[in-house]
Amino acid sequence: MVEIATAGAPVADAPQSYGRRVVRRFLKHRLAVVGLGFLVVLALIVVFAPFVLPYEFDQQDFNLIGEPGPMTLQHWLGTDELGRDNLTRLIYGGRVSLAVGLAGAVVSTLVGTVIGSFSGFYRGWMDVVLMRFTDIMLSIPTLPLVLLLSSLFRPSPPLLVAIVGTLIWMGTARLVRSQFLALREREFVEAARALGAGGARLMFRHILPNAVGPITVAATLAVGMAIMLESALSFLGFGIQPPVPTWGNLLNAASPWLSQAPWMAIPPGLCILCTVLSVNFLGDGLRDAMEPKE
Amino acid sequence: MSLGYIIRRILGAIPLLLGISVILFAIIHFAPGGPLDVYADNPSVSQEALQQIKEAYGLDKPVPVQYAMWLKAMVAGNWGYSIRTGRPVLQMILERIGPTLELGGLALGLSLLVAIPLGIVSASRRGSRLDEGLTLASFTGISTPVFWLALLLQLLFSVELGWLPSAGYQSIGGGGFTDRLSHIVMPAAVLSLATIASWSRFIRSGMIDVLNQDYIRTAYAKGRSEWAVVFYHALRNAMIPAVTVIAVDFATVISGAVITETVFAWPGIGRLFMESMNGRDYPMLMGLMMMGSVGIILANIIADIAYAALDPRIRYG
Repeated sequence: MVEIATAGAPVADAPQSYGRRVVRRFLKHRLAVVGLGFLVVLALIVVFAPFVLPYEFDQQDFNLIGEPGPMTLQHWLGTDELGRDNLTRLIYGGRVSLAVGLAGAVVSTLVGTVIGSFSGFYRGWMDVVLMRFTDIMLSIPTLPLVLLLSSLFRPSPPLLVAIVGTLIWMGTARLVRSQFLALREREFVEAARALGAGGARLMFRHILPNAVGPITVAATLAVGMAIMLESALSFLGFGIQPPVPTWGNLLNAASPWLSQAPWMAIPPGLCILCTVLSVNFLGDGLRDAMEPKE
Repeated sequence: MSLGYIIRRILGAIPLLLGISVILFAIIHFAPGGPLDVYADNPSVSQEALQQIKEAYGLDKPVPVQYAMWLKAMVAGNWGYSIRTGRPVLQMILERIGPTLELGGLALGLSLLVAIPLGIVSASRRGSRLDEGLTLASFTGISTPVFWLALLLQLLFSVELGWLPSAGYQSIGGGGFTDRLSHIVMPAAVLSLATIASWSRFIRSGMIDVLNQDYIRTAYAKGRSEWAVVFYHALRNAMIPAVTVIAVDFATVISGAVITETVFAWPGIGRLFMESMNGRDYPMLMGLMMMGSVGIILANIIADIAYAALDPRIRYG
């Protein structure tokens, strides 16, 4: 009986490291794998395609100025009213949009993690102050606030990233706080404290690594939020300014030509949709993989 | 649920609103430029005139004093005067709020009307092709940029098919019921897409939790039909978690309304916000931002009250 059991035992029953179990569960989530695949391909395209493309993002063909040009073999997605190649601008726009999304998510995750950690670890007045601040930020409508800030400060792209990041950290902060509130009572924290570990060491060396799963999920979803926010801002004309293309301001530029040249308006929005959708699938898959409800 | 609780929640919102107003006021007043930048470069406006305008708006005083003045006036119902038109901010907002409430109300109704059945169907056919399809659709709905959807609908229904007007509140000289309905259909559909997508998910998961409980089995056992079980026994409890989400999503709806009203030239306060942005009309922007924040806080209070009303086990002290 014993021999049969060991001989027939599938590999999956052998003890596995946490990391391997996460990877295995993630790979079962088909949509998340597809999303990750799409994002990897997209990243490769926006990083490397500009070296191959025959045009620059602001290069004009003076013969085509005046109105958007049709899709041809030279210009697969046509040209805009200034005679610039739409495909080239789309790919460069992807560079900017993805960069803003990633950097915005980094800022948001950093801010949210720090605020949530301090709030949950120290509790007391620190918690009250930080959580009231979080409530205040949650009660101000996000898009109007980011519009206001970008019209007042006319931000350069790095500053814009910082603004976007500092407006979407609240969910992460609440999440990290709840993780800290639960983890700080566990024995391993008490043991570390008994061994003489101080506040910062306890927080970032002992507690934080145990909250890495939920934080990763929140960070992934923040990429999607940042891309959405930036493109809405650029669409309304207050984000990153032309001639630098982003998916949002390409749509802004396409909207007056909607009836004459619909091929200008469809690709940028489709790129935003597919990217944000992939990010959301990825976040969902990571959640299932890292926080199983068993 | 006591009246005392409701009053306490409303009083609790006051510090929140004070905090919000301090942050907004600071942002506007410490920003480079400032409201009179427009006049500073204008050769026909003399230094003396500029000084007079400054005094008239209290802009020559220290910022904390300005804040105190603003707060006192705000509480008294005087929200300042629009720099663009010179008319009272509150009056201008009230003039424009009607179309926004119409659009928002219709979108809210549409969202509930579509999201609840979708959530129920998804939950009761859990794991089926239909459920998977709806899950995929809701992910897509959440990930679709509002402004792009608006452009696509305009392209399809106005440019290609010519069925619906592409923008505006009503036709010039028109204004009959069908005319106004044809104008509001697209903006309301755009505004409700994201909320339909997210609410149907939460109603689905609430429904799945409830359908697994013992009292549902009891209801089936005593011979009630599936319809009666779902609508009479399960739905009310399944709505409880969803109510919180509906309140949280209110902030998203405000952002969506700004975009939707801009794309469809809908004459509400979202478009008023964009007009004021272009004119750097700070008293107006400040008033509108406060208005939006009050809306979000109110939505949260209403959600908490509805939460207790739906679930008698919850008693706020």
